[in-house]
Amino acid sequence: PALGLFLFTIARDPLRIIILIAGAFFWLVSLLLSSLIWFIAVKASDPRDEPLQKGLLIFGVMFSVLLQEAFRFLYYKLLRKAIEGLVALSEDGCSPISIQQMAYVAGVGFGLMSGAFSMINLLADALGPGTVGIHGDSQLYFLTSAFMTMVLIFLHTFWGILFFHGCEHRRWWEIMAVVVMHLAVSGSTFCNPLYVGSLVPSYLLMAAAATWAYLLSGGSAQNLRRFLLCKS
Amino acid sequence: PITFMNNSDPPPPPPPPPPPLMSAESPPVPPPPPPPPPPPAGEAQAHRAPPPPPPPPPPPGIMIDKRRTGSSRSPNNIADGDMSASGVPAREGALENEEEELTLKYGAKHVIMLFVPVTLCMIVVVATIKSVRFYTEKNGQLIYTPFSEDTPSVGQRLLNSVLNTIIMISVIVVMTVFLVLLYKYRCYKFIHGWLILSSLMLLFLFTYIYLGEVLKMYNVAMDYPTLFLVIWNFGAVGMICIHWKGPLQLQQAYLIMISALMALVFIKYLPEWSAWVILGAISIYDLMAVLCPKGPLRMLVETAQERNEPIFPALIYSSAMMWTVGMAKPDTAARGASQQTWDAAEDGRENHRSPLHADSQMSETRSPGPTRPITSFEELEEEERGVKLGLGDFIFYSVLVGKAAATASGDWNTTLACFVAILIGLCLTLLLLAVFKKALPALPISITFGLVFYFSTDNLVRPFMDTLASHQLYI
Repeated sequence: PALGLFLFTIARDPLRIIILIAGAFFWLVSLLLSSLIWFIAVKASDPRDEPLQKGLLIFGVMFSVLLQEAFRFLYYKLLRKAIEGLVALSEDGCSPISIQQMAYVAGVGFGLMSGAFSMINLLADALGPGTVGIHGDSQLYFLTSAFMTMVLIFLHTFWGILFFHGCEHRRWWEIMAVVVMHLAVSGSTFCNPLYVGSLVPSYLLMAAAATWAYLLSGGSAQNLRRFLLCKS
Repeated sequence: PITFMNNSDPPPPPPPPPPPLMSAESPPVPPPPPPPPPPPAGEAQAHRAPPPPPPPPPPPGIMIDKRRTGSSRSPNNIADGDMSASGVPAREGALENEEEELTLKYGAKHVIMLFVPVTLCMIVVVATIKSVRFYTEKNGQLIYTPFSEDTPSVGQRLLNSVLNTIIMISVIVVMTVFLVLLYKYRCYKFIHGWLILSSLMLLFLFTYIYLGEVLKMYNVAMDYPTLFLVIWNFGAVGMICIHWKGPLQLQQAYLIMISALMALVFIKYLPEWSAWVILGAISIYDLMAVLCPKGPLRMLVETAQERNEPIFPALIYSSAMMWTVGMAKPDTAARGASQQTWDAAEDGRENHRSPLHADSQMSETRSPGPTRPITSFEELEEEERGVKLGLGDFIFYSVLVGKAAATASGDWNTTLACFVAILIGLCLTLLLLAVFKKALPALPISITFGLVFYFSTDNLVRPFMDTLASHQLYI
């Protein structure tokens, strides 16, 4: 689905592609920094201490979430500056791309990158021989990973929209809500392999974020009904 | 050991047209390889003759091809022999402002026009590396990197790789200077013959090896006559496309393919550490060669600019090129003459975004091109932008990503990270090109990002992601 999003909405406009790649880049940098921190923490600690490792992992995850959001903010700042430049350069005085579109594209960029990083090794291994869950792990590993990745990509997209909207209108509570949601989703994955604990809340949160973003982008129930019934 | 004649020339920076990055390396044509020493016994590839030295890598560099004359930007006269300033004096003033905006407005489009071929090249290289095992087996080294890396101690290995790099870089420098001298003293025939020879070799020999390996990998039988036919067709069409006329897309496809082949050769035959050190060193060299006043690439670009000639077509990838045109004269006779030499792609000119036709051969470009009727100036204004990227850039980007795919234990994550890093580097370089408006080296920023991301992803991110994935945590 994320790829479909990309193809239909982003691939047409070169500017959006650049923003997408830049968004992916920012996510990557945030991942880099967070893994650096985690790596240092792990090296500095005792590798045989299991609970400590787990605790460090949790700490690493939380820290990474916070860093991701921080980088989203930085990216927002950069895009603001870029919009001013684009407006100055365009012929008719208005930017060729609006901040909401940028928010959407940035969200997709983040999402795609995070999804890719989560899934791609899995996919590569899935091509090879083997049985899933032979060591007593869950047999639904691949399926749940796929669903989780998809929900995460969508969530990133929606969070992008919400986040940028919050920054635009200076509503700090929106930004905080995004951060809290992200933390919640990541935290819920700690319940794995008890999948009901992680997938269900994530999907619920995604539905909530989707409606919120949709309303923010100017949609309404009326629009939705008209679209679904294919009215003009 | 297999001997290779490796001509890698740092791409000469193309003359600074509107701020696209053009670092073109002119690949020196490799001299005929000396007969390879007999391969060591027991080598799987013992029967295979060492591939001939690769032709000199095309110069790295990005150049924007902007065909406006009298624009505020430096005239772009390299690839398209655009209309000289005398042609359209009256329109210059009005056009200048428009140009500024249009250039930057089209900037995104150009970036994408460069993204796509770079991405394609990298995809081809990565796909090959991942599937065909031939390119990751170590079967010897190039003659340019004589020091082996199989030494036991780290320090020795490092020393060897540094020495390898020094040798390789000096070879590149010598070749580039040689090429520039030839160009300066107008030994065009020699250069031309050299380029033809090298592209011949690339197209035929490397394709043969590549096809052989792919067929072997997938256990597909193919008899020699079919193989010969296929390769002959491929090579012949390629020669025509690259050095003469041909549809733009086909030319681009061929350039991408030979860059990928060249990159594969590099990946196979460069030892590990040497490859990384070489990548780093060549970006430094590129930086110096393009930006220093006495740098060979810069001299090449400036000379080409002075003489109002395009750079050799076999060394540059151009996203949108135009037939060479001379002065613009508003007469119908000129229109008739120009119509002949223009390609059918010219019909696409009505559509402002259509890519222009590829440049023709050197000889064609050197003679005064067909004149262009002045009335068509306006409609051609917006079409003549193109961005030129030297083939050497393609090659080294692909080498980086291919090496990441081949040797990284983090597999696809590292490859993906390097890919994004290179694309971002390209974006930044193009941005700088927009700011500085002269030929810029395309290698340094991208390669730096790529290297940083490769090493950091491989060592830092991979353990993190692996641990996360094993617990199925998501961040």
